[in-house]
Amino acid sequence: MNMIEVEGLTRRFGDFTAVDHISFTVGKGTVFGFLGPNGAGKSTAIRMLCTLLRPSEGSARVVGFDIIKEQDEVRRHIGLVAEKIILYDQLTAEENLSLFGRLNNLPEEQIKQAIDKWLGRLHMEAWRKHRVGTFSTGMKQRINVARALLHHPDVLFLDEPTLGLDPQTTHAIHEFILELKGEGITIVLTTHDMVEAETLCQQIAIIDQAKIVALDTTTNLKKLLSGDNTTVIDVEIANFNEPMLSQLKSMESIASVTRSDTYRVRIHTRNTDNIAPILSALSAMGASVRAINTVLPTMEDVFLHVTGREIRDKVAANVPSVGGHRWRGASRVR
Amino acid sequence: MTGMFGNLKGLIMHSLRLGIKDLLVFARDRMMLISFVIMPIFMMLMVGFIFPSQNVLKNVSFGVVNLDEGSMGGQVVLALQQMSRSQNERMFDITYLHSKGTAVDQIKYQAISGALIIPADFSAKISAGEQASVILITDQSNPQVSAGITGTINGLMSAMASQLIVQKVAALVPNFPNPQQLVVPFTVETEGIVAGKPNYFEFVAPGIMAMTIMFAAMTGLAGSISRERELGTLDGIISAPISRLSIILGKSFAQVVRGLLQALLALILTVVLFGVVVHGSYGLLALLLLLTVFSFIGIGIMISALASQQETAMTIMMTLTFPMLFLSGALFPIQQMPVVMQWISKALPLTYAVEALRKCVVLGTGISGMMTEVWVMVGFGVVFTVIAIPVFNRAITR
Repeated sequence: MNMIEVEGLTRRFGDFTAVDHISFTVGKGTVFGFLGPNGAGKSTAIRMLCTLLRPSEGSARVVGFDIIKEQDEVRRHIGLVAEKIILYDQLTAEENLSLFGRLNNLPEEQIKQAIDKWLGRLHMEAWRKHRVGTFSTGMKQRINVARALLHHPDVLFLDEPTLGLDPQTTHAIHEFILELKGEGITIVLTTHDMVEAETLCQQIAIIDQAKIVALDTTTNLKKLLSGDNTTVIDVEIANFNEPMLSQLKSMESIASVTRSDTYRVRIHTRNTDNIAPILSALSAMGASVRAINTVLPTMEDVFLHVTGREIRDKVAANVPSVGGHRWRGASRVR
Repeated sequence: MTGMFGNLKGLIMHSLRLGIKDLLVFARDRMMLISFVIMPIFMMLMVGFIFPSQNVLKNVSFGVVNLDEGSMGGQVVLALQQMSRSQNERMFDITYLHSKGTAVDQIKYQAISGALIIPADFSAKISAGEQASVILITDQSNPQVSAGITGTINGLMSAMASQLIVQKVAALVPNFPNPQQLVVPFTVETEGIVAGKPNYFEFVAPGIMAMTIMFAAMTGLAGSISRERELGTLDGIISAPISRLSIILGKSFAQVVRGLLQALLALILTVVLFGVVVHGSYGLLALLLLLTVFSFIGIGIMISALASQQETAMTIMMTLTFPMLFLSGALFPIQQMPVVMQWISKALPLTYAVEALRKCVVLGTGISGMMTEVWVMVGFGVVFTVIAIPVFNRAITR
């Protein structure tokens, strides 16, 4: 059963298209990731699915409810961890959670149980009566996640859930997301962190300049690279020199050779997974080979492959300035 | 049927939750709390002390040059002295000077605000049956004090003249029954509706109460919504399955409570510090304050809907509220304004709020005497709220 069905969803702010006809489905109990640089349209897409933003075009159903016509039903079944932490600094953890429990129409008894449960699971029980303003970012994010889960949503939206967190909290949140998935909660997250996407998601939509440029399982996306039967190996040669480099480059079974440093080269094979000819050639050249590693492609390589850019290179290149849109009554940057 | 009832109950509960949350957040924010208390105190003190009190002439330095060779000049000086002493506060601080030249110089240096010159032939002329005159010089750079002095001296001189006529009539017709009645056939007696002497604070206190509420309803509401939008917490509220209306109601509820508390603070200050007496009923006063909030809340909602950033909201607020302060009669009487300004003033809700509050506080008028103001405020409230709510609903999910 599909928990989310998106068809041609589009959002424009003035002349600027933030999300351009995206379509996808998310199955129950899976983790779906939007991967892309800042300003690619990830947050805008999530905000539309959470009924915080009206689509300019297209439609979507979340837990079977239309995001335009059945907003209240959608809201009842989703939890949102947005980019900014949705908690009041002046209130205690418990007061914050109670407030949102009540806004979600939970009975008092159930609110109490839910607070006990989630604070316990997120190891925040001791901080229950403390004001959120005194917490570290990591602690706030844990309470924030508890808030989103309080009413047992079917779908949990996480917009950059580990942005700016220390590795420890990041790890804890990753573990927690996987636990939730195991409990049948469907999770949609955005990230620009390749490792995060790879660790957590079954399905990834690579989003770049408002469009989904690749959409598949993590494994299949990686096969995009190895689909033409390319093997990538790193070779470390003690007596490496220029003639060896040119000799390798001239070989039929080698697609490309790049020198990583004085002793190391990365070799992409051409239409073969047999590296024996390369090894014999190296041996014939008199190369003293110290190490050979087969390199598995990462999401970073996939992103590079489908967008032609490294993710770090383009931060918000297509995001207009805030001022440019403010007076059209549709500010893009919240 | 139960659904509708359930919805209504939910609406009220959610509004209350949000309102209480806002008040709690507010009460725990020390900076906000301080400015909340400081604002009306500051307003009161500033407005109250800077503006002139009812009696313009108080300790005014005034020069007297008595060159008269006869006795009449002395009598004028004596009357002047008595007059300034007879008031509760000293009206004049008299300096005796020797010549007109010195008096003019003293005015130029602004050592004195005016001078009365009694010429040498003053008594002689009166005795000879000719028309005598005194010369009054005033500091024209201060028109208000200048006008005050002129009025007072004119009054004094005509009173003395009447006295003189009474004496002459008595001398001419020895058995005339009532020479006073002949000379001054009638007098004007000033009588207030309420006991005691009104002061500027009584004039300005209702204005400040209305202003405080206006700021709370407009600035407070828009500020609170745009603040949550910027913090990101508004997303949490919007993505909860609650009615948009309860967001507005909750926010408004919190701002109303704040505004009323602030107005109450202003009222207590005026009563305790400045001796203002509320002549009308406190119940009516409370009702009028509530009505004032209502007449502004719609505008507040509209601005918070339209301004996406806190800064923008504040700018719009200032542009709207600032002219209102000056044109509504909160601080200056409307009657003193040019006609065009009076028209503009009639289009501002604050004008009616101030007028009704002033009637209640200063004159003790009952509600039947301010129905126009009440209906205008209700009208402003209804019209703006009806426009604002759909605007807000649309704006909140862009």
